[in-house]
Amino acid sequence: MLNAIWLILLATGILVAAINGNIEVVTEAALGAARGAVQVCFDLIGVMALWLGIMRIAEKAGMVQGLARLMRPLMVRLFPSVPANHPAMGAIILNLSANILGLGNAATPFGMKAMQELQNLNQGSDKASPAMCTFLAMNTSCITLIPATIIGVRLSFGSSNPAEIVGPCIFATGIAMFLAVTLDYWFRKYSPWRR
Amino acid sequence: MFYSLLTLVSKWAIPALLFVIPVFGYLKKVPVYESFVEGAEEGFTTAVKIIPFLVGMMVAISVFRASGAMDFISHCLNPLTSRAGIPSEVLPLAIMRPLSGSAVLGLATELMKNYGPDSFIGRISSVMQGTTDTTFFVLTVYFGAVGIKKYRYAIVTGLTADITGFLASVYICNLLFR
Repeated sequence: MLNAIWLILLATGILVAAINGNIEVVTEAALGAARGAVQVCFDLIGVMALWLGIMRIAEKAGMVQGLARLMRPLMVRLFPSVPANHPAMGAIILNLSANILGLGNAATPFGMKAMQELQNLNQGSDKASPAMCTFLAMNTSCITLIPATIIGVRLSFGSSNPAEIVGPCIFATGIAMFLAVTLDYWFRKYSPWRR
Repeated sequence: MFYSLLTLVSKWAIPALLFVIPVFGYLKKVPVYESFVEGAEEGFTTAVKIIPFLVGMMVAISVFRASGAMDFISHCLNPLTSRAGIPSEVLPLAIMRPLSGSAVLGLATELMKNYGPDSFIGRISSVMQGTTDTTFFVLTVYFGAVGIKKYRYAIVTGLTADITGFLASVYICNLLFR
């Protein structure tokens, strides 16, 4: 499916540019994006190192495990295939917490850490495990309590009430998250993809 | 009041974490600096591993966007969506939502500059930016980093969540801000 989406994006882009007679933007966009992607990864190296370093301290001090214990009743229901004491649980909780607080740059390192831990349980398979799918569903639809970036943008354009969008954001992400978790549950239990 | 509380939390969250975790670790007799370095080492390898996935995805998205294909699709969809209370100006946001977070932020900023942050378009694009979760970034980067090739139903779930989030944003904005 990703193969199809990738091809459609690339091919329609090039065809439309050709029809519009501005094919040169394709070259510029492709080369620029390739360079930009590496830039993003380089920026990510520092952020990843910082948060995974802090997380290691929190793990050794027992803080991550404490948090995981607190959330256990919910987590074992959402991720029945992951052992309750597995380090993946702690990383998942940290990722979702960072998402909820709008700390995008901290969410990515924790998310990748969680995915690595889930892959350890997946025995090196190249097929996503049910727990991975659930984590992804929650991650991509996660409730945002503090959309800090957009509040900042609104403030800079002189909004009379920059934070008025917080309530609507919580509403929209809440509905999306509920639906994503429900749909994921259905797929995991009943769909032909469950095996 | 509410606003100042939110800015307070977002301003203090990271400094507080960077203070509390090492201090608590020290009190628990964790060798804090050595542990930090040990954990940080992992960050490097993981970040480098995702480069090919990110290049592939960002090139396709960027070509799609720069060519005008996105505007063409918005134009085609407009007769349908304007009836549902979606201004045509925010359609590109909806299309880019699952693909690229930075593109959505750029588009939302542009719309707020042109229409003002307190206009209906400004508000609806703010809500859409505040609820973006770039499914494809998360999919390619997270799965790519650990070598998952078969995504199973994860794409369908993610995209459904995106569409739901978008429709819920439109609904709530029409209800509150129209």
